[in-house]
Amino acid sequence: MGNLIRSKRFWLIAPAVLYIGFFMAVPLGQMAYVSILERGDYGAVNWGVFSFDAYASFLFERDLMDNLMFNTDYLQIFARSFGLSAMTMVFALVLGFPTAFYISMQPQARRNFLIFLVTIPFWTNILVRNYAWMLLLRNGGLIDNGLAWLGYESGGLDILYTPYAVSIGLTYTYLPFMVLPIYASLEKLDHRLIEAAFDLGADKWRAMTRVILPLAAPGIAAGCILVFIPCLGAYVTPELLGGGKFMMIANLIGSQFGAARNWPFGAALGFVLLAFVLLSMMIYAMKFKSLPEEKL
Amino acid sequence: MKIDTSNPLWRFRGITPMAMFFFAYLYLPILVLIVLSFNENRLATIWTGFSTDWYRVALSNDDMLRAAKNSLVIAVSATVIATTAATLAALGMARQRFRGETGVAAMLVLPLLVPEIVTAIATLLFFVAIGVQLGLISVIAAHTVFCIPFAYLPIRARLDGMDPALAEAANDLYANEWQAFRRVTFPLLWPGIMSGAMLSFIISLDDFVISYFVGGAGATTLPIYIFGMIRMGITPEVNAVSALMLIISIVFVSISFLIDRIRY
Amino acid sequence: MKIRSVLLGASALAMLSMGTARADGELFFYNWSNYFPPELFEKFEAETGIKVTLDVYDSNETMLAKLQAGASGYDIAVASDYMVDVMIKDGLATEFDAKNLENFGNVAKPHDTMEYDPDRKYSVTYLWGTTGFTYDADATDGELEQSWKEFFEPREEFHGKIGALNDEVEMYNAASYYIGVPKCTEDPAEAQKVLDVLQKQKPYIAVYSSEGTIDRMSAREVTMHMQWNGAAHRTKESIPNAVFVYPKEGLTYWSDHFVVPKGAPNLENAKTFINWMMMPENAAAASNYAGYMNAVKGTEDFMDPALKADPAVNMPEEYAGLLIPGQNCSAPARDLRNRVWTKLKN
Repeated sequence: MGNLIRSKRFWLIAPAVLYIGFFMAVPLGQMAYVSILERGDYGAVNWGVFSFDAYASFLFERDLMDNLMFNTDYLQIFARSFGLSAMTMVFALVLGFPTAFYISMQPQARRNFLIFLVTIPFWTNILVRNYAWMLLLRNGGLIDNGLAWLGYESGGLDILYTPYAVSIGLTYTYLPFMVLPIYASLEKLDHRLIEAAFDLGADKWRAMTRVILPLAAPGIAAGCILVFIPCLGAYVTPELLGGGKFMMIANLIGSQFGAARNWPFGAALGFVLLAFVLLSMMIYAMKFKSLPEEKL
Repeated sequence: MKIDTSNPLWRFRGITPMAMFFFAYLYLPILVLIVLSFNENRLATIWTGFSTDWYRVALSNDDMLRAAKNSLVIAVSATVIATTAATLAALGMARQRFRGETGVAAMLVLPLLVPEIVTAIATLLFFVAIGVQLGLISVIAAHTVFCIPFAYLPIRARLDGMDPALAEAANDLYANEWQAFRRVTFPLLWPGIMSGAMLSFIISLDDFVISYFVGGAGATTLPIYIFGMIRMGITPEVNAVSALMLIISIVFVSISFLIDRIRY
Repeated sequence: MKIRSVLLGASALAMLSMGTARADGELFFYNWSNYFPPELFEKFEAETGIKVTLDVYDSNETMLAKLQAGASGYDIAVASDYMVDVMIKDGLATEFDAKNLENFGNVAKPHDTMEYDPDRKYSVTYLWGTTGFTYDADATDGELEQSWKEFFEPREEFHGKIGALNDEVEMYNAASYYIGVPKCTEDPAEAQKVLDVLQKQKPYIAVYSSEGTIDRMSAREVTMHMQWNGAAHRTKESIPNAVFVYPKEGLTYWSDHFVVPKGAPNLENAKTFINWMMMPENAAAASNYAGYMNAVKGTEDFMDPALKADPAVNMPEEYAGLLIPGQNCSAPARDLRNRVWTKLKN
């Protein structure tokens, strides 16, 4: 019996894992190999010629006298990307949670409608959406003019091409990835549970923290992962709304496969990022695991 | 609108305005985009007058329409395959813990963790190495990979809070396992599956880097086409195509609603 | 029954995965979007019976990366000068002896030869242009010098009103022309000088972006923008007083070429196409559509008069000495350039 159940579970999980294993893990192994090869003169790599330059150059550079020097350029780019992603995640959560809660409290038919409403804007292209934001945010743009019309003379909004514009754009891009998982968790929330909490004398705060949030927790966790990590790879929004003044990780890695034609370094940067993310997830998991028990 | 006092929402004052703000935020740029698709000027940003010309231009641009069709075919296929695999995996993962679970869980979200450009080149090198003919199929295969975590996580989150006692109760009532799944687990899981599928769909529809590298001749997608316009300047033609995509999405949504109505 | 349907499905999949059948009458063309007039594809098909399928990329480098990783199936790719060099040296270009094509005699000097392909064995010029900068003469009282100085050390009225191309190569090259160091320098001290120029300029820059340069000028969001000359031409449609500057220190002259990638499935059709594009009427149609000059003699009669009259596109002879062709830099030089760019964007 135990065997049977185990094998049934195996067959449930196997397709997804084998698929990812074949189409992702194997190519990644190949890419790990690329990262320790010597770069080719014209791009690509010299197969079979090993070099660890790529990893060394993440932290060190050669100065004029050909000495190795500690170089923080790339670490700064990583730090900036992690910071912006964390900020985006928080914004998306602040906006996304109430919305998911609101949707889950609607009658069944309207719920489905609202969920579609969340995803419809994303049928348009990311470049076009960012363009629309540029028009909204620029000086003399719609928001600027709107504020002036309301009698608030901003004298130029001066927000486009700043990090603020980037976070507005990134939050926009990743909102559905926060709302939908939270909604999926909250959808089963029974109104009567909340009513019961109120009847038992709970105030709003307690009803929220004791009834609603615990139910939404798996969804919030999933949403945070789906916003935070893809956001680290954001490429277009920082370029367009940030005015291309500051690099994010994806821009850096992209340029290694682009103008720099340095595949090993690009691949190495990818693996360094992977290591960072896995590490932060492990820390998060260790911290998070001890939390629910304490609360309950 | 009638105020439903049985709905606890009214007790949480901030929620409704917040949701309204959310939808305004979501649709403001879309409004701008649609308005500008009717701009007569070649430049996307300066309004000079009303015209439907760009729709005519877009609808007669065979290359762009082919790209849009490719995008839709890829997104639908990848979504169906990824959501199916992810649903099964979530069901398998949801019961009691097992040895190596962390490893398997990490594997399921691995595609999220690797930067797109690295995945793209890696996959292309791999396809070339094993002799896969590049085309639409190779793009679908690659999209399915990164769609799996986007489908898996919402489904898993949904399952996490579900009461296993429900399926057990069904079993006790002499439902066989398939019936228990079909009548109890699946309907309960549905909001998670739908969320996961929709996220997969939009992430696939927007992908540029991976489609670009693993697509063969003739497999240009809409994002690739639009990014290729960067050098020559983007015209309202793109806005017109975006508006057409919105119409398709609305038609699609309406059909699914009709099907829902008929079913219940 | 079941097995049969599985087999049917599998064979259907297999047929799909073969991609489009490569019939004789096909041509897979690889280019930027909106860089080739769609009507011309139709005309070509009507005259030769060859159906063209367009695939697009967003930069020379992504095109290269894809071919280097082993992708094939394209009959013609459009590559800029330095990229032609890379493709030839990396064995990614097919020799097709353009000089033996019937219409090669139509090619205007100096395009009958090219630094990286002197005998034109691998390539034929499609369109060419320059990278300079444009300013709105209404935004300043003074007369600007014909120099990169105005761009890199701008006058006060242009502070915060400057757009730069978000392009590592173009920006680095322009700065190196300005201070007179070789653009492919392998000397870190020289690269440092380039970085100094760029960093000093950064506070005055409103945006680094290669997209929508015309829009930004037209909306007067910026009053000076580094631009390709074809974009400068289109900027003048809405800003009549826009001036395209040919800096005295020199400016990049770039050219895009038809190349036949390795493993092209329809080599003969590719040759037919390239030969066809060397006819004045067709070359002129491409210029009129994209706004850049072609390399074919006798196109004047077919050209858009506005394009012909614009000094930004139809360059006056006196500037010919300023043009500096694109160069394929060595790996150490590219490293320096990339490090400068990374430091600038940090």
